[in-house]
Parts: sequence; C-alpha cells; structure tokens
Amino acid sequence: MSDHEHEEHAHEPAGYGIYFLTWFSLLVLTAITVTAAGMHFGSLSVVVALFIALVKASIVLWLFMHLKYEDTLFHRLVWIMILAMVIFIGMTFTDTLFR
Amino acid sequence: MSGHSIALTAHKDYRGSKIGIWLFLITEITLFGGMFLLYSIYRSEYAQDFHHAAAELNTLVGTINTLILLTSSLTMALSIAAVHHGNRKLSLWMLAITVLCGAGFMVNKYFEWGAKFHHGIYPGSEYLLAHPKGEVLFYGLYFVMTGIHGIHVLVGMVLLTVMFLKVMKQPNAKVSFVAGHGLGEIEGCRMAFVDAGGKVVWKGDEVDGSIERIDVKTKYWPVKKRFHVADFNQLENSGLYWHIVDIIWIFLFPLFYLIT
Repeated sequence: MSDHEHEEHAHEPAGYGIYFLTWFSLLVLTAITVTAAGMHFGSLSVVVALFIALVKASIVLWLFMHLKYEDTLFHRLVWIMILAMVIFIGMTFTDTLFR
Repeated sequence: MSGHSIALTAHKDYRGSKIGIWLFLITEITLFGGMFLLYSIYRSEYAQDFHHAAAELNTLVGTINTLILLTSSLTMALSIAAVHHGNRKLSLWMLAITVLCGAGFMVNKYFEWGAKFHHGIYPGSEYLLAHPKGEVLFYGLYFVMTGIHGIHVLVGMVLLTVMFLKVMKQPNAKVSFVAGHGLGEIEGCRMAFVDAGGKVVWKGDEVDGSIERIDVKTKYWPVKKRFHVADFNQLENSGLYWHIVDIIWIFLFPLFYLIT
C-alpha cells in the first residue's frame, strides 16, 4: 500500500458555507436584473442585463466550477475561450454595423 | 511484507480528465456562442420586432426556472464538497436534489412551450408567419436555443443519475499482493491479524504454494485514510458540465425574457 500516496489534494476541501454565499449572491443578482428590466432604461437595458449576466457567469466559473483553485492552465483555457467569443462577435459586428 | 508487495490499482489521470472536460466545455460555449451571435445580429436589425415578441414570453416562468437552475448548481457544488469531506450520504442527497431540480426545470419548460403551441406559436405556424419577419426570427431562435439548452439539461440529468449510482457503489477497491513479490516468503505460514495489544483477532488458512495472490478488498467510505479525491473525478467533471448548462441559461434568461 505504498505508492498510493500521490494525493491529488492540491487544495484543502472548501467548506459548505462559501457555496451558500455564492448561491445567495447569484439570487441577489437575479433579483437585480429582473428589477432593472422593469425600469425601462431604454437601449441601456441590454448593456445592464448582459453585464449582470457576465458577473453571474464569472461567479459560477470562479467558485462553483473551482477555477479559484485551479492552476494557470485552466485560467488560460477560459481566457482563450472568452477571447475567441469576443473576436467572433466583434468581427461580425464590424461587418453588419457598417454595411 | 509491504516492502515486496505491489498494489494493483487502476491508474487515474485526474488532471488529464479535467483538461479534457474543460476543452469539451469550450466547444459547448462555441456551440451556443454561434447562436448568441445570430441572436445579437438579428436583434440589432429587428430591434422593434424582438421587443414585441419578447413581451409574449412569461417573465415569471423564466425567473422561476432561473432560480431552480441556480439552486441546482448550489446542490451540485455541495455534492462535490460533501465527497471531499468524505460524507457520502450528503453527497447522494444533494445529487438527488440536483436531478429533481433539473426535472422541475423541464416540467416548467413543457408547460411554457405547451402554452406557446396552444397560442399557435411554433416554428412555421400560420399564426407566426402572419407576423413581422423579426418576430418569426425571434421565435425561431427562442425555440432552437432553449430547445438545445433543454436537451443539455436532460443529458445532465442522465449523467448525474449515473453519478448517483456510482457514488452509491463507490469506492470499493482491491489491493493485491501477487506471488513473486514477497508471497514466497510467507509460504507455509499462517496469516493472522494481530491488534495493538498482541491479541489475534483473526486467523486465516495456511499460505501454501497454491496461493497465487492475496487480495485485500476495501470499502473506502468508513475509512477516510483510503479515500482519494481522484476516485470522484467523474462526479466533479459531471458537475462542471451541469454548471456550464447553468451559465448558458444565465445568458438565455435576460436575452429572451427580460428584454421587453
């Protein structure tokens, strides 16, 4: 029973509390986004809704999906993904907006 | 004996499998990203029609489904945390609640889509085709995007049910001491377990030449020492999938339900 000591415990297991806190903050943000949608900010409402969605997604990625505990490789993977999406959407809009 | 013994346990690449699932999640994001791109282009072209069409969607149902999915993400994370703390019972309960939340989400979706069909709103319906082009596009995107998302929820539910069964059974492990790796030394001897007080608590048969190997079968759960997080990487990876499905809904919700 010797060589089973390659313990993959890169980090101490997180307590349960942090997940409840994460969940609660996501609920608050949902309440904010629903209320903000009812206030009719006009063209700004899309920006507000997307911004809150991005914050919520980041919270899920960072805490629920444990990116906080992962090393740089995983962080880079996610950044590459975000960058790719920005390029796809941004480049397409430079075409459709200025036709 | 331990100096000669070898433990025959399956190799598990914890990090490798995690990289694999993250790469897969990236392809999922590009799948939905393409549809989000389509949505945003058409939205900028038919802003007015999208506004009118979105007003038809039930914000309350959308909000309830958001709360259900966020809660399921919480129970999913708790299930994995429970495994890390060696608490199988809690892990199983949390997994069960996660699957139930998924089912609740799908039931809501069923009634929501059902109501739309009832009003004659479905892809290619006469009612819809009589409306402006932008509204047709909005509902086309709505059905495709929430539909594919719903399929992802169903897949997640199946995956988590399998994980439930695995966590329920796991982890039983076997360590084998094979002939030629020290077994010869104890040939002709009798095996016994002796406790700290020197008392023999168990006595076995004689180890003769016919013995090929000695297996030690373990159940991990009652013994924390034998517990390895790597044994649960499938549960963790399924959790990552469940969370990405939640993230996609986080974007679908405001874009379809809140922009009125």
